[in-house]
Amino acid sequence: MSLSAYVPIVGLFALAGAFGLFSVAAAPFIGPRRFNRAKLDAYECGIEPTPQPIGGGRFPVKFYLTAMLFIVFDIEIIFLYPWAVSFNMLGVFGFVEMVIFIITVFIAYTYVWRRGGLDWD
Amino acid sequence: MMPTLADFGKDVWWIVLIKVLAVFVFLVVMTLFTIWYERRVVARMQVRPGPNRNGPFGLLQSLADGLKLAFKEDIMPLKADKVVFFIAPVISTICAFTAFAIMPFGPIVSLFGQKTPLQLTDIPVAVLLVLACSGLGIYGIVLSGWASGSTYPLLGGLRSSAQMISYEVAMGLSIVAVFMMSGTMSTSEIVKAQAESSQTTVPDVLGGWSFTTPNWYVVLLLPSFIIYAISAVGETNRAPFDLPEAESELVGGFHTEYSSLKFALFFLAEYINMVTVSGLAVTLFFGGWRFPGFGPEHAINQGWLPVLWFTIKLLIALFIFVWLRGTLPRLRYDQFMRFGWKVLIPANLVWIVVLAGIKTSQNTDNLLWAIIPVALLLLGALFWPSKKKAVEVPMEKQVAKRPAGSYPVPPIDLEVPVSPRARRITAEREVV
Repeated sequence: MSLSAYVPIVGLFALAGAFGLFSVAAAPFIGPRRFNRAKLDAYECGIEPTPQPIGGGRFPVKFYLTAMLFIVFDIEIIFLYPWAVSFNMLGVFGFVEMVIFIITVFIAYTYVWRRGGLDWD
Repeated sequence: MMPTLADFGKDVWWIVLIKVLAVFVFLVVMTLFTIWYERRVVARMQVRPGPNRNGPFGLLQSLADGLKLAFKEDIMPLKADKVVFFIAPVISTICAFTAFAIMPFGPIVSLFGQKTPLQLTDIPVAVLLVLACSGLGIYGIVLSGWASGSTYPLLGGLRSSAQMISYEVAMGLSIVAVFMMSGTMSTSEIVKAQAESSQTTVPDVLGGWSFTTPNWYVVLLLPSFIIYAISAVGETNRAPFDLPEAESELVGGFHTEYSSLKFALFFLAEYINMVTVSGLAVTLFFGGWRFPGFGPEHAINQGWLPVLWFTIKLLIALFIFVWLRGTLPRLRYDQFMRFGWKVLIPANLVWIVVLAGIKTSQNTDNLLWAIIPVALLLLGALFWPSKKKAVEVPMEKQVAKRPAGSYPVPPIDLEVPVSPRARRITAEREVV
């Protein structure tokens, strides 16, 4: 197994990138262009756009919390993958280790649950 | 011949080029076809004909739509962040295409005198590539929402990214069971692992007859498949989980400010993602490109025919996507997030532990290891915190608590009048 198996992925990546860049770059030239001030405003159901603070405005902290929780669980998944692939080789040792690991994560999970970290409202 | 991991990375450069082009064209054609397919199927479910004007059965409808989009004005809002606004659809497109690189289409065939597997490539961490691409695809969405400089796209983009990362956890966990069974992350090896059929014998009490079942992981790992299917719908932002595009709340979601070909790229990426998760479902759970019931050396599983089986399985999976859209109403956002975090993830972890216990006890011929997870489960259920009951405050106290000068409260014992319909029904009953 050499790195040559990865080359086609780069090929598809490059082709898709070329296609995407070409479409995005060509769009202003293919389509018509008729100036209208209202057209360039942010869409807001026909009213004057609400003034936004610089930097795109503020957003609810819930999204941030979700992202943090995601990191915890994504790391757990990354630990589970190699374990799952070599599960049959690890035997009882691997099983016990992973049960302990999952229980540890579960304790954190119940803590987050009890503190209301998983409630959206 | 069924390809294995060792068969990859040996192609000549022009074979690689042909395959890259073929996958690209396959995805674009699949997108055009799926848009038409979805519109037709949903139309049938709603008792109307659907697009039927352009080409036979309206097959060219999506091509016409695509061309029309190209000749529309490309608007960039004044407040938009120019560079990021420009680059976001490209990110989405690249990630969507690249994820399909490891999808197995068929066995080893000979192409212009060269023996090559019908799969662009395969690597030891193939499924991880799909997850990585879908993870990076979120950047396209969140950046497009942010760069638009507008309220609705920002909210839509945030919602979309929160939804996708939540369901990515569930999806990633559901695949763990497949890796445990097959012992590999490479897609061609996973297809190979599902190749054998197994003989199932019904106990003598029920007749004692036996039948062959394909060794598909959908049979062996049904809970994993159910979780995968649900989270795949959440991951692709499709109905009933299409909250980022909830028209009544967020206009168009993250791509509200996009028009012309930039919008077309987002559309393309969304449909390619749908095809990718369907293809992954077929590969991981439905035996990949193999026709069920025949051995791997049978003529039906040789040559170019398997591409057809793969496509048919893909279309069935896509049909289920459309079916869901035609049937179910949209969920509320808090219900949706709660379902992902509080149901799918713990259920998944428990299932992994139980499966690991069963497999360990099979490997060691010792039932003890299967009992441990069950005992842990029971213990967990025993100590699971029950929901606190909300304290009921009597209405008088609530009224008294209100600050002075509040709006008057209607009388508390206000009776709801009987609805006219109920009254009519009662009257009819009495007449009879």
